[in-house]
Amino acid sequence: MSSTNNYILGVYDDEDEVLHAVSEVKSKGIKIEEVYTPFPIHGLDTALGHARTRLPIAAFMFGCLGLVCAQALINYTMVFDWPMIIGGKDFFALPDWIPITFEGTVLFTAFGLVTTFCISNDLYPGKKPEILDIRITDDRFVMAINVDKNKKSAADIKKALKDSGAVEVNVK
Amino acid sequence: MSHVVSPIREKLVTGGKSYHDVTHDICKQVEGEPTKEWKWAFGISCIIFAYGAYCLFYTWWQGIGVWGLNKTVGWAWDITNFVWWVGIGHAGTLISAVLLLFRQKWRTSINRSAEAMTIFAVLCAASFILAHMGRPWLAHWALPLPNAFGSLWVNFNSPLVWDVFAISTYLSVSLLFWYMGLVPDLATIRDRATTKASKFWYGFFSLGWTGSAKTWARYEYMSLILAGISTPLVLSVHTIVSMDFATSVIPGWHTTIFPPYFVAGAIFSGFAMVQTLLLITRVVFKLEDYITIEHIEMMNIVITITGSIVGIAYLTEFFIAWYSGVEYESYAFINRATGPYWWAYWMMMTCNVISPQLFWAKSIRTNLMVSFFLSIVVNVGMWFERFVIIVTSLHRDYIPSSWAMFSPTMYDIGDYIFSFGLFFTLFFLFAKFLPVVNMAEVKSVMKGVSTNYPAKKAKASTKTDE
Repeated sequence: MSSTNNYILGVYDDEDEVLHAVSEVKSKGIKIEEVYTPFPIHGLDTALGHARTRLPIAAFMFGCLGLVCAQALINYTMVFDWPMIIGGKDFFALPDWIPITFEGTVLFTAFGLVTTFCISNDLYPGKKPEILDIRITDDRFVMAINVDKNKKSAADIKKALKDSGAVEVNVK
Repeated sequence: MSHVVSPIREKLVTGGKSYHDVTHDICKQVEGEPTKEWKWAFGISCIIFAYGAYCLFYTWWQGIGVWGLNKTVGWAWDITNFVWWVGIGHAGTLISAVLLLFRQKWRTSINRSAEAMTIFAVLCAASFILAHMGRPWLAHWALPLPNAFGSLWVNFNSPLVWDVFAISTYLSVSLLFWYMGLVPDLATIRDRATTKASKFWYGFFSLGWTGSAKTWARYEYMSLILAGISTPLVLSVHTIVSMDFATSVIPGWHTTIFPPYFVAGAIFSGFAMVQTLLLITRVVFKLEDYITIEHIEMMNIVITITGSIVGIAYLTEFFIAWYSGVEYESYAFINRATGPYWWAYWMMMTCNVISPQLFWAKSIRTNLMVSFFLSIVVNVGMWFERFVIIVTSLHRDYIPSSWAMFSPTMYDIGDYIFSFGLFFTLFFLFAKFLPVVNMAEVKSVMKGVSTNYPAKKAKASTKTDE
């Protein structure tokens, strides 16, 4: 986030206070851009009005893909390409293939899920982070408000943040 | 978020730590110069690793004829060590995945190091898989790759191929789970870094993490799903390892009880190894406020429960051997307990079944020295369990003229030493360069479970700077 001085940051030092502050600030008609925290706070995303993530759907799809790929590979090699009689069993020996099908499903789900997670959050190795306050990853909870996207004046926003229990109000 | 915590719950973090104290205490060992203790420990493990690497190299160069195997006992220390390490490698995922699903908050201080241990243990196990192939440069033949034999594929009906898939999936998914858990903490180190190198490397691997509410919400879902798929995965891995034996027709191996019995044994030995390492780590890195007696006690309770399951499995196995009426099966078991390897059998019984029962006494399970000693006893016992299953089932064949004993050579022992060298070298590197406790998770459970929370702070210090 560039240094255009259009962000007002409310810095909190307690997770419950920031959670309450979100609804308090919102009730005054101020639009909150995002809240940054050192650890997950349950209920914060719903308080901010973020939509529920669709990651579980993606995970399920990748799982299905893994299952299909594993079955396709085994069927192709064991039934079509080079069938062999092993212990007098059918070429299509489905019960024997359950372990590898399962492993394939898990493998695709895990890697597909994590890749989707990284893409959806724009995370990748070597990315330069947009740090609003260096203490976010330590012990501070920061509420970021974009002045340009709000009708209220900067002074009103600062007052609202202070009233909601912010220990510091900064401009970035 | 502050959870409602019953007042009878023990505090998970003691010493009245604030969030900043957590960051400071955990980052300290990453940021500071290596301590003298660390240098000594790392140096010794490097020497062990080097000696082991020589033995392993010699084994690869000469072939597995340098081991003490004979035509009757074709699997001995190699597979014993493999199963032992894979078993140890189960605790990390169990702690981070199963205990996450059960919302056990005490996992937060120990899951990071337990998962690291898992990954290193699986690598040790993999070294035996490669070594026992005899021609490790042909290890890729176990994978379904197109080849010059007209594509003669691998046999997907074989438990040994299932094992290849299970172990490699387990290793890669555990690594992924562990790494994603590390990302927020790497960002913490990045933001505190003072040197250019650490700014770059921790910055590189922290993926540009900022800790926004949206990212955290998705992150929580991702962790939950990874835990959900890792739980059956971890159970499947040792199930499949047990099928390497159970689907054979060797008396003593051909038993349906093997999958649950192996899984219980894996959790048992894995927790014991976590216990051993944690008891050392908490002292060396002064983490007594994070890894408390409460944690040690919880671990000991899990060891007692899984040890009892293993004990029941031993007895059931014996009963079924008699009840089945198969004389070969009965003989295999009587030979285990009273044959030439009776000492290994009773070593296993004492270490695995009797010793964990001592933890029923609270004074014993909260005693650090006794816990440390018993955790090693359990791992010795679990090594003997695999030795008993593998060697005593093989050494008396169907034909008495081919009966044989197994005695290890220096290369059997040397390859085992290699795995210890590898394990401890990696563990000490991890302990120096990465945070050994998951800071973000510990912070998230502190309110309500730490001693100075929930203490309301004064709102007075409000200040503005423009």
